[in-house]
Amino acid sequence: MNRYSWEKYQKQIPDDHYYYARSCIRQNFFPGSETIFLKILQEDLGIDILDDAKHTSCTGIGYHGDIVPLETIMTVVARQFALMTEAGYEHLVSSCITSFGLYCEILSLWHHFPELEEKTRKNLKAATGREFKTPKSVIHSSDLIFHFRDRIAQKAKYTLTDPQTGRPLKVVEHIGCHYSKIFPTSGIGGAEFPYVLAGMIESWGGEVVDYPERRHCCGFGFRNYIVKANRGAPVANSKQKLESMAPYKPDFIVANCPGCTMFLDKWQYTIAELEGTTYGQNGQGIPVLTYEEMAGLVLGYAPWELGLQMHQIDTEPLLNKMGIDYDSNEKYLGRNGKYMGRPEPCNCIL
Amino acid sequence: MANNWGFGINEKRSIDLDTNNFDIVRKILEAEPSFYRCISCGSCTATCSAGNITNFNFRKVHHLLRRGEYQTLSGEISKCMLCGKCSLVCPRGINTRNIILNINRLITRQNLR
Repeated sequence: MNRYSWEKYQKQIPDDHYYYARSCIRQNFFPGSETIFLKILQEDLGIDILDDAKHTSCTGIGYHGDIVPLETIMTVVARQFALMTEAGYEHLVSSCITSFGLYCEILSLWHHFPELEEKTRKNLKAATGREFKTPKSVIHSSDLIFHFRDRIAQKAKYTLTDPQTGRPLKVVEHIGCHYSKIFPTSGIGGAEFPYVLAGMIESWGGEVVDYPERRHCCGFGFRNYIVKANRGAPVANSKQKLESMAPYKPDFIVANCPGCTMFLDKWQYTIAELEGTTYGQNGQGIPVLTYEEMAGLVLGYAPWELGLQMHQIDTEPLLNKMGIDYDSNEKYLGRNGKYMGRPEPCNCIL
Repeated sequence: MANNWGFGINEKRSIDLDTNNFDIVRKILEAEPSFYRCISCGSCTATCSAGNITNFNFRKVHHLLRRGEYQTLSGEISKCMLCGKCSLVCPRGINTRNIILNINRLITRQNLR
C-alpha cells in the first residue's frame, strides 16, 4: 500500500467557530465531561464555540429504538441546523457519537434524495417557522480534542505515564460504532484504522493496547438494551471485550461514545455482581474515562471537577498511578461545597 | 450469587479458534491419517443413509471437528448408523467409519456427551 493512500483516511477539521450540540445522556452519566470540553476549548485554547441552550436531544435513542420515525428525526435535526444558522455558525460539533452518526446519515440521505430535504424544510417551516442551511462540516467533539492534541500536550501538567518509573500507561481505546462504521470517511482513520483516541493517547505519553477484540462493539445497540429482558446480549458483548483486554493489564479505558463509556464502566459492576469476575488488577475494575476527562486530567483539572467520582469503577488508583494531586475528602462534595452523599459500598468490586 | 437483575449474561456464540481445544481432532488424525486427504467434496453426505431421514451431514461433522465444537458434534454423531456407504463412495479413500468410531470413543472418554 502506497503511503499517499492514507489520504483517504484523513478528515478536514476547521480551526475555529463551532456550534456545539450536547448529548442527552452524557450529562447524567459523566456530568463533568461536556463542561470541561467547553472550558478546554474556550479558556485553555481560546476557541470560539457556542453552547446553545435552545437545542434539544436529536431523538437518536428513540429513532434507533424504533419509536421515532425518520421524518420526525429529520425535522428535529433540521431544527438544530436552523438554530446553528440563526447563531451564524457553519460547523456543527456533536458531543454524542449517535447524534454525529445521525447528522451524517441525514445529510447523506438528503444528498441522495433531495426531495426528502425539501419535505423536511417544509415540515420545519410549518412547525416552527424556521429555515436552515446545512452545515459545512459535521465533526465529533473527540475530533476537536484530537485536532488540538498537540496544543493540549504543550500545556500539559501531567502525562499518561507513571512518574515514579516513567512507564507509559497502557490505555485501551474504544471507538463508538456510529463514529466511522456507518460512514468511514466521517472519522479520522476511517472504520479500519480509527486513530482519533489513539492519537490523543500517543501525544500525551500513553501506550495504546492493541488487543484482539479492539474493534468489537460494546453491545449498546439501543433496542437491545432498552428492553430489560434482552440485556443479556449487550452485557455479553462488553464481557467479550473485557475478557480480551484483561490479559494486557490496561491501566484504563478511554471511549468517545456516551453509551460505550457507560457500558464499559457500569457493566463491570454488573458482571462482578452476576458472576463474581473482575478484570482489573487486585480484584478491582478497569477505570473508564471519557476523552474530555482524559484531556482534563492531562491539563491538571481537579478530578472531582471532572466528575470522576460519578464513575462506577473507582478512578483513585489511576490518579495515584499518574501522580495526580487530589484530596479524597473533597470527592463527594458538590460544586457548592456541600456533602452530596456517597454511593452505597459495593463488596464485589472496587 | 443471587440473580435478581431480571436478566443474565448470554453465553458466547462466537467460535474462538485461539481458545478451543483441538486435542480430539489431533488424536483422530493420528488414528486415521487418511482424514488429512479430505477435500470436502460432499460425496459422503450425498450418499448417507442417515442423511436421507435426518439432517445428519458428515461434512458438517468434519467442519465441527476441525473447529473444536465438540458439544454440537456429540449430538450430530449419534445419528450415524455406521452403514459405511460413505467409505464406499469417498473419492479420496478415507475410512470414514473409523473416524466416526474414534469420535464416539474420544467424546465418550472425555465426558463431552
